Amino acid sequence: MEVLLFAVSAALSLAGGVGVVAARQPVHSALSLLLVLGSLAVLYLTLAAEFLAVLQVIVYAGAIVVLFLFVIMLLHARPPESRPSPVGGQWGLAVPLGAALWAGLSYAVLRLPAGGRELPPEFGTTEAVGRELFSRFLLPFEVASLLLLVGIVAAVVLGSSPAPPSVPPRSASGREEA
Amino acid sequence: MSLDLRPLFPELAVVAASLVALVGDVFVRGPRARMAWPVAGVVAVSVAGVLVWRAGDAAFGSLYARDALGNALQAVALAVAAVGLLLARDYLVRTGLDRGEYYALVLLSTVGAMLMVASQDLLFLFVALETLSLPLYVLAGFARDSHRSQEASLKYFLLGSFASALLLYGVALVYGVAGSTALSRLAEADASFPLLVGLGLVVVGLGFKAAVVPFHAWAPDVYEGAPVPAVAFMSVVAKVGAVGALLRILPATVPHLLSAWQPLLAALSAATMLVGNLAALRQTNLKRMLAYSSVAHAGYLLIGVAAGSDAGVWSAVYYLAVYGAMKLGAFGVLTFLERAGVEADEVEDLRGLADRSPAAAAAFAVFMASLTGLPPTAGFVGKFYLFTAALEAGLLWLALVAVATSVVSVAYYLRAAYTAYLGPARAGVRVLRAPWAGVGLGLSAGATLLFGVLPGPLTSWAQRVAALLR
Repeated sequence: MEVLLFAVSAALSLAGGVGVVAARQPVHSALSLLLVLGSLAVLYLTLAAEFLAVLQVIVYAGAIVVLFLFVIMLLHARPPESRPSPVGGQWGLAVPLGAALWAGLSYAVLRLPAGGRELPPEFGTTEAVGRELFSRFLLPFEVASLLLLVGIVAAVVLGSSPAPPSVPPRSASGREEA
Repeated sequence: MSLDLRPLFPELAVVAASLVALVGDVFVRGPRARMAWPVAGVVAVSVAGVLVWRAGDAAFGSLYARDALGNALQAVALAVAAVGLLLARDYLVRTGLDRGEYYALVLLSTVGAMLMVASQDLLFLFVALETLSLPLYVLAGFARDSHRSQEASLKYFLLGSFASALLLYGVALVYGVAGSTALSRLAEADASFPLLVGLGLVVVGLGFKAAVVPFHAWAPDVYEGAPVPAVAFMSVVAKVGAVGALLRILPATVPHLLSAWQPLLAALSAATMLVGNLAALRQTNLKRMLAYSSVAHAGYLLIGVAAGSDAGVWSAVYYLAVYGAMKLGAFGVLTFLERAGVEADEVEDLRGLADRSPAAAAAFAVFMASLTGLPPTAGFVGKFYLFTAALEAGLLWLALVAVATSVVSVAYYLRAAYTAYLGPARAGVRVLRAPWAGVGLGLSAGATLLFGVLPGPLTSWAQRVAALLR
């Protein structure tokens, strides 16, 4: 039963992942991402991480993907331009290297020491996660708040309009104006 | 669990200054008031530096260690931040980019580097690495009206995220073997295929940040497109964080696996020195040339990691300090130049600099000599230590590659320095007054010369980190 659940959700998350990069419409990419995140939540459930699974659905599927969809709709998604793929010539290198990475990682995972540890009964509950987060992992938890702050500042900086036209246009290289 | 925040006071001081710059910027108008942000930043960084200087050994939980290695590298990161802030001010005012966010991002990135070199847990290392990197992506794209800057930011972000993902794969594998992400548990793990793959992927992720070949492809494009002061800062602070973490993970944590990782690190180091120096030979754009030079220096720094010995570790720490001074200075000279309202970043733009600004030209010559590794500059002493460490570790071939590539590098460094002493100036190139950057440049040049003539104090200071390895 567990193996079946794992197989189905793993296959779905893989399919979603392919969909994210292969879809031509941004909306389809966002919806594929929803599939990835949803099936990951199921994977967390099979790993007895219930709280994480719920968070995954609420935060990522519920908030983040919805935000993506809002942005896509606000941008009035135009039909995608048909341009030659920018990675066209690199497929010959990308496929073997990707396959090698996959093979190496799979082999490494198969060679991992077998047999897990016995989990305490409260593993994965809200209380257990909270206890870890606010004791052992307090410092990374607080530093993550700095990371989020940087994210906000980044949005403000990159979202601001370029300098007003009174400032002479500048570029980082002289070649640009040629 | 008791919470003693005292070990974290240096980091908190820097965070506080970044918040002051962020919030204060909303309330002030005009460039004069904005002078407060770099001043606050430099003050906070100096205070943090004094705290780090006086700090003893302490730990915050099991994740963060305030030890000799962390303290030394934190001091380097703080010095880099101070000079980085000074170099930025005039440039930002001139280009209309003078916003509190710039200073805040520089300071937050510094905090990331400080936490990274002190982290005792791979999970925390990852969070710190992202805190270091994310501000750098934004700084690369800080010139909103420049397409090249935006392109640089996006490239850096995409490739950086890719490298972070590989690092996370590595952390997951290490966790699978050791049953924990703590370095103390990793230190007890036996060699096994998954562990080595995991460590290898961690090295890849960190190697990307340090621009190690073959993960260096982003560096020339990003350095060329990003605003000069941001490049000056990021080229150094990212290496402090990444090389610091490599030192902490490899020689300090898994010396018993030396025979497994030394060949890999030595090969990466040799490839990085060769590709960096040979590619730099052909550059006519000064920013690209310095980018490849920064790649090459990642190779020299890796010698210290690959040696795996006490001498290797402290030599790398010494060279990081020296590298910070000379690289900040080399990019700092560029902030003085302008061609038709844009950055003057061609080697040829340096023509006639000696007549118009003798001090800047002299400083530039010092930085170039130091990057080459010529006496009596600090670069010579640093390279001497690193090459000696390689020889002592039995890596004769690596030392030979390092010497040979240093000889090659004479060509492009001295060509650039020589150009600054050739008259007449190129039409349209202006040398600007930049008092803040002048102070930063003076500090870098002073340090480059001082540590070259009197290497003793910095050496004994760097050697303290070797105590960590016992």
